[in-house]
Amino acid sequence: MSRVLVGVKRVIDYAVKIRVKPDHSGVVTDGVKHSMNPFCEIAVEEAVKLKEKKFIKEVVAVSCGPTQVTETIRTALAMGCDRGIHVEVSGKDYEAMGPLQIAKIFAALAKKEEASLVILGKQAIDDDCNQTGQMTAALLDWPQGTFASEVTIDGEKVKVVREIDGGLETIKISMPAVLTADLRLNTPRYATLPNIMKAKKKKIANMKPADLGVDMVSRVEVLRVDEPPTRLAGVKVETVDDLVAKLKANGTI
Amino acid sequence: LHRGILELRQGPSALGLCVSGCRSLSSLAELPEMHQMMRQTCRDYADRELGPIAGKLDKEHLFPAQQVRELGAMGVMAVEVPEALGGAGMDYLAYSLAVEEISRGCGSTGCVVSVNNSLYIGPILKFGTQKQKEQWITPFTTGEKVGCFALSEPGNGSDAGAASTLARQEGEEWVLNGTKAWITNSWDASATVIFATTDKSLKHKGISAFLVPMPHPGLSLGKKEDKLGIRATSTANLILEDCRIPLGNMLGSRGSGFKIAMQTLDSGRIGIASQALGIAQAALDCAADYAHKRTAFGAPIGKLQAVQFKLADMAVAVESARLLTWKAAMLKDAKKPFTKEAAMAKLAASEAATFCGHQSIQVLGGMGYVTDMPAERHYRDARITEIYEGTSEIQRLVIAGQLLKEYAS
Repeated sequence: MSRVLVGVKRVIDYAVKIRVKPDHSGVVTDGVKHSMNPFCEIAVEEAVKLKEKKFIKEVVAVSCGPTQVTETIRTALAMGCDRGIHVEVSGKDYEAMGPLQIAKIFAALAKKEEASLVILGKQAIDDDCNQTGQMTAALLDWPQGTFASEVTIDGEKVKVVREIDGGLETIKISMPAVLTADLRLNTPRYATLPNIMKAKKKKIANMKPADLGVDMVSRVEVLRVDEPPTRLAGVKVETVDDLVAKLKANGTI
Repeated sequence: LHRGILELRQGPSALGLCVSGCRSLSSLAELPEMHQMMRQTCRDYADRELGPIAGKLDKEHLFPAQQVRELGAMGVMAVEVPEALGGAGMDYLAYSLAVEEISRGCGSTGCVVSVNNSLYIGPILKFGTQKQKEQWITPFTTGEKVGCFALSEPGNGSDAGAASTLARQEGEEWVLNGTKAWITNSWDASATVIFATTDKSLKHKGISAFLVPMPHPGLSLGKKEDKLGIRATSTANLILEDCRIPLGNMLGSRGSGFKIAMQTLDSGRIGIASQALGIAQAALDCAADYAHKRTAFGAPIGKLQAVQFKLADMAVAVESARLLTWKAAMLKDAKKPFTKEAAMAKLAASEAATFCGHQSIQVLGGMGYVTDMPAERHYRDARITEIYEGTSEIQRLVIAGQLLKEYAS
């Protein structure tokens, strides 16, 4: 019987139209609707399902960031996680925070909490890094099952079906391990009203990266953020020969 | 739909009012965290599960049985019912938020939720014995079963005191005879709270409330009404011909039926106000989104003042009705008198819904008149909110009555 850490990231809601800040240092986040990263929702759902099937005993939801991330942890609790950990990061540290810093935090927590599994979303919809899970596994020297579309626990091992470019790959890895959730792993449940009420009473522990011996210094500096180029109108052609000629003319082929 | 600009950005409240003893009015601007989470989960459900099918449910008069079960599993069919009885154990403000969000996705489903919570479960929760609550509430919290409320008759709607449905005692049974009209959920319900006269000489003080399972010998249903809106709900007559029920099926004391009905409708008004808000908001969302996308005279029509004024008027109508609704719910939760505020909320919200439904079609022009866009469905769904659970005219009487009492010397 074991404990699972689930990472949940607070990101700009997928339905919001993103606007770049006038100084091109980033995107506008003030007053903009935020919610849990969709892949993190899938990770939470998988962890809660494993607990319901009695493979694991406790699910701990973890988020790194300023006070607002406790809303995201609370949502994870309302979906069925047992308790939460809020790792406080704010100001410049928060703006510069990236997969490496998060991975270091999760690696430290995984050891501290004696977790058997760390389940993360495969990537966040704001930075699309797709690195945190892999880095966490490397720092812990644990096996990793990334892009999981199916997870089955088999004794001390986990069978993971992974979505890869060539199709589906099935691997078997030993626990403790890191898994990252892909889109088709499951359909996250809606938080029920009674669970929202119960979530009120669940504990969220507070700590700082320094408490875990993690330094937040970033090795990456964002130089500039721009909107993608405006999409130009297309050109209609009459025949396939015209198409080939035009593609050759603009250097595409 | 681009909801970003319409998202209610809660900021510090500019309201300087003080309602003594009531939850702080600053929560009108910034809902407590639990309520925000609850609102969000209902909104997510409405957007993903109800919005895409609402048109079909309306067109084909389909009762959303699966969605009602899913909402039951979420606790939305019994928001205020204590957890011990199978409910969500939340307050009336939470209930109001839930109904608004569900109605925004589908006006009919919002109606089913409201009738089950306020009109069926409501009176049993307030006036029932513990045994009655376990028997008649708990099975109706899961969404597997819904209930209905039978007060109106072919001969009286607003004139509720003139109930001609009769109940006479015969040994260990009550025997009911009469006809009830316009009963929402009738064809889909597994039980009803029904009102009948037990002592004709006492006039409205001779009306009692009863619990009748459905189906039941002696109770039959009239034809389903073909309605203008909320077409996914079933509305029909309930016909009672020597319908026999045990004595224990009386709800509350003998002769207290009228009081039970009136108090139930007081609370139910907040539910209908919430339904109307959801429909009004959906109409506003539709119009505002269209105003961004549709171009005329070389620019999006949202640039035209004529359209801007309509959107502004719609937004003010919805927001003011919403605050009235929240206030009524908060007063009820604080166990303060809320009759006047509930009537004001229902009046304001239902008139906001019909106004927004109308103006939304106007903003969409020809597109608003066809079923390709939901504007025409919102227009049709909105209309009933000014009629049931107390017509707008009755609401005005209730408000005036309360007001004049306050000013009486």
